[in-house]
Amino acid sequence: MKGETTVTIDVKSQETSIHNRMEKIKEGGDPKYHEKNREQGKLFVRDRLKLLFDPGFELEDALFANCLTEDLPADGVVTVIGKMNGQVVCVIANDSTVKAGSWGSRTVEKIIRMQETADKLKVPLLYLVDSAGARITDQIEMFPGRRGAGRIFYNQVKLSGKIPQVCVLFGPSAAGGAYIPAFCDIVIMVEGNASMYLGSPRMAEMVIGEKVSLEEMGGARMHCSQSGCGDVLANTEEEAIKLARDYLSYLPANYSTKPPVQGAIPPKVFEKTIEQIIPTNQNTPFNMYDLIDRLIDEDSFFEIKKLFASELITGFARIEGSSIGIIANQPRIKGGVLFHDTADKAAKFITLCDAFHIPLVFLADVPGFMIGTKVERAGIIRHGAKMIAAMSEATVPKISIIVRKAYGAGLYAMAGPAFEPDCCLALPSAQIAVMGPEAAVNAVYSNRIAALPPEERAAFTQQKREEYRQNIDIYRLASEMVIDGVIPGNSLREELTRRLEAYSSKYVVFTERKHPVYPV
Amino acid sequence: MKLIKAVMAGSVWKVLVQPGDLVEVGQDVMILESMKMEIPVSAEISGKVKEVKTNEGDFVNEEDVLVELE
Repeated sequence: MKGETTVTIDVKSQETSIHNRMEKIKEGGDPKYHEKNREQGKLFVRDRLKLLFDPGFELEDALFANCLTEDLPADGVVTVIGKMNGQVVCVIANDSTVKAGSWGSRTVEKIIRMQETADKLKVPLLYLVDSAGARITDQIEMFPGRRGAGRIFYNQVKLSGKIPQVCVLFGPSAAGGAYIPAFCDIVIMVEGNASMYLGSPRMAEMVIGEKVSLEEMGGARMHCSQSGCGDVLANTEEEAIKLARDYLSYLPANYSTKPPVQGAIPPKVFEKTIEQIIPTNQNTPFNMYDLIDRLIDEDSFFEIKKLFASELITGFARIEGSSIGIIANQPRIKGGVLFHDTADKAAKFITLCDAFHIPLVFLADVPGFMIGTKVERAGIIRHGAKMIAAMSEATVPKISIIVRKAYGAGLYAMAGPAFEPDCCLALPSAQIAVMGPEAAVNAVYSNRIAALPPEERAAFTQQKREEYRQNIDIYRLASEMVIDGVIPGNSLREELTRRLEAYSSKYVVFTERKHPVYPV
Repeated sequence: MKLIKAVMAGSVWKVLVQPGDLVEVGQDVMILESMKMEIPVSAEISGKVKEVKTNEGDFVNEEDVLVELE
């Protein structure tokens, strides 16, 4: 009797001691760093996780990492399994209150182990990044070896396309660490705090004499609008976390399953019909979002790279509750012309959708690829090749809708008939040709026009343009079976719904080989 | 000084503002023609037009200043 009481007391005190130790570690770094975070509008890593996860399910590994060292709770990174929208996910989250979220040897080992766990469980992996980079003092242990930081990137490459990898960037992602977002499928950045750079402004000033602010060189807005390294710009941390949850709701847990189907929602109701929003003059712009809104379930659009290469719209949406990937030219911006960055944006998005069984819907209104010295020097041909390669290789259901013009290689890039779309459908406003009537008449008849008396030129040009238009009439192309159908605008959503349902069993192996020689 | 620049290379097809006009964010100030397409150029900032730097028919390069606001 006496002995039992003693044991009970020991267990209790032991439990209290473990509990206290855990609570202490979970408090993170020194209060002054928490205060600094608050001043910057940053949340503590554990509060971020609370917002990210469904309540009541969290499994943390290696909370005690480096627990014998006083000021390195959890060694600056929280690695945890949780649930989002009911789906099990793995998360790696830096704690910026612990040595600015820098990496020591145990930090790196924890990150690698959670990557391995996500790989084994085949579930999405999220990186909540807020880290100053490597701890130089620990470099031999954490930098060069087999399970050094390099392994993190190796693992990311290996996981790419197998499970979704999401990066939410709350603070810096510096030097080598900047490659974590680069290897993720999507990068959500918090404006004002998130940044990505290989060398800090201070280092740039010392090494190359450049004077520049962090925001200009590696800020969230710059990356989301200019470099294309960021995909979605969020105003606050709360918004960024909500975006990550929304994003994953379109995706399956891994490459071997299909995306979850949500409840069907009718599209937003508009006064004007599709035909009424599309101008008859091919050269006059219209807003492609107006068409997208008429096709998809209301409020289901999740746009990716909205601020980057906006002449092309890419994003997830739902039709009757099922996920689709939209690739649409935006004639309102730069005429919808394809530039090198446009092609780059499209290639990544197509690859993302194809990896995770998200059917692709192309909405084409494209005058072609941009010409001129500037884009040639930027390598528009090889960037364009990237888009065409990714689109060719995509074996998910692929639906090509010719909304208006589809000229030249623009037709090819937007999954034209030669690229094995499951169908190529045209709206009555569609026009498919090597080039538009104005350019074509100019190319063929410029000498003859110049030889005519000035007063006859306009009429001649007009007549030739009209002949050209008749020659490329959409019903002629339908008659030649270049396209699979002409669909009135008001039936387009219904047609898409049925086609997507019919094509859902599609399974195609593109070809047999090790892998292509990518035109990167 | 606030500048509105050409989004891409092309020729100036229509100038929609003149000195003294007040422009709002998102308002089209000029329409370029490039790749046979009409390319509206809109103001990213509001302000009063100080000077229109190009005439209809002029060729412009990407980043060339089209309109200067006060």
